[in-house]
Amino acid sequence: MTKSELVQKLAEANPHLYLRDVEKIVDTVFDEIVSALGRGDRVELRGFGAFSVKERAARKGRNPRTGETVQVEAKRMPFFKTGKELRDRLNGK
Amino acid sequence: MTERTITRADLADALYKHLGLSRSESADLVELVLNTMTDQIVAGNTVKISGFGAFEVRQKGERIGRNPKTGVEVPITPRKVLTFRASHLLKEKMNKSS
Repeated sequence: MTKSELVQKLAEANPHLYLRDVEKIVDTVFDEIVSALGRGDRVELRGFGAFSVKERAARKGRNPRTGETVQVEAKRMPFFKTGKELRDRLNGK
Repeated sequence: MTERTITRADLADALYKHLGLSRSESADLVELVLNTMTDQIVAGNTVKISGFGAFEVRQKGERIGRNPKTGVEVPITPRKVLTFRASHLLKEKMNKSS
């Protein structure tokens, strides 16, 4: 399912809303999660899962083709942990 | 920088503030977005949100695990796991100098 299919499904379930409003709703939800992670905040959605920020230290990397040493900058990575309820449902519990 | 934890209530609050929906409708919509995604995931479908990332179900085969305390070998049953792959846009936004 893509974002536009998600919007479509939500619009069907909410006939009183315009499609463009449903689009704004979906965009707002994900924008909010993105900005939270951008600030280094954690996003916890019980039953679904939690997004957190992992810090990766700077390290010396190597170009596998040339063997050349390159400096890899420190960076932040998003990390998702599936919620218990969703994990159980995936496995038919 | 003080770290916070964002929850459903904050997402609903964003809908209330930015889109002028009622508080109760905002909360219902957040729930509906998550439930719709959950149903797709449970059905085994990939959910791909452009600009955010993709949720994908992967099937893991049986493997032998070990109780780290007792050292006893136990089979780990085959199972499905959910993985999230962040989009480039999300990774970029997390790494622009703030």
